[in-house]
Amino acid sequence: MKKVKIYVTLRESILDPQGSAVKGSLVKMGYDEVEDLRIGKYLELTIGDTEKDIDTIVKEMCEKVLTNVVIEDYRYEVEEAN
Amino acid sequence: MKFAVLVFPGSNCDIDMYHAIKDELGEEVEFVWHSETDLSNFDGILVPGGFSYGDYLRCGAMANQSNIMSEVKKAAEAGKPVLGVCNGFQILTEAGLLPGALLRNKNLKFMCRPVQLKVENNSTLFTSQYEQGEVITVPIAHGEGNYYCDEETLERLKENNQIVFTYSGENPNGSLEDIAGIINERGNVLGMMPHPERAVDALVGGADGLKLFKSIVKQWRENHVNN
Repeated sequence: MKKVKIYVTLRESILDPQGSAVKGSLVKMGYDEVEDLRIGKYLELTIGDTEKDIDTIVKEMCEKVLTNVVIEDYRYEVEEAN
Repeated sequence: MKFAVLVFPGSNCDIDMYHAIKDELGEEVEFVWHSETDLSNFDGILVPGGFSYGDYLRCGAMANQSNIMSEVKKAAEAGKPVLGVCNGFQILTEAGLLPGALLRNKNLKFMCRPVQLKVENNSTLFTSQYEQGEVITVPIAHGEGNYYCDEETLERLKENNQIVFTYSGENPNGSLEDIAGIINERGNVLGMMPHPERAVDALVGGADGLKLFKSIVKQWRENHVNN
């Protein structure tokens, strides 16, 4: 069994108004060293034993439905799970 | 002319759309549940607004995986008119039937009010009854209507006259180039954030949306009634 951790973020070229608003709050709280803040999504998949290549299916799932490649980037980590 | 109004779990403008077609336009219309697998009996496909699948993951993402969507793609390929409004527009971009994507409104607010739209292209099958440059009033109701596409796509949209509606005056959501609605290259798939189906009766919010539906029917009649 594997645990797949997927991180989805808006592409760099895209404005993240939510991130900007939260960054504004942090700066107002006195954390004025915060230069940028971007909000994304975290998905955790548990994948049962399979013959399929894990990278292939994770990429497929990400590109077909879990992310929209027009506006989002993703990266993932695969860990052994018990 | 016979229209299909698709219904997903969470659609909430399906009844408005049905009403617009049946009572105001006087054409045939049926609801089609998302698990259905055949749209061949319909002449036009309407993808209504709402919050399909609660907008989980991304707006339109889950709806795009429904059975009916492969039929919508077939209908689009066959040249039938396909109109996506609001969540319907989001679904059509997720399906790749229209380029780009809809992001959260720039001000992070859900906006619900009438807006002014400019008809940028009246030579489409959806807009022939409008004047070129006509300014119409149609309501919006969305939290994620901020149209985005990359520069290359934007150039293509401009070159091919695919920008059909823009916000006139104030841009409510921060969309690129004030875009409110775009059409595919072939000219038979239109997506727009504002709700023409909610502007079909002068007594309730104006009737500026009605001409859009009349345009669809006019084109269909011209193509199909040869007597």
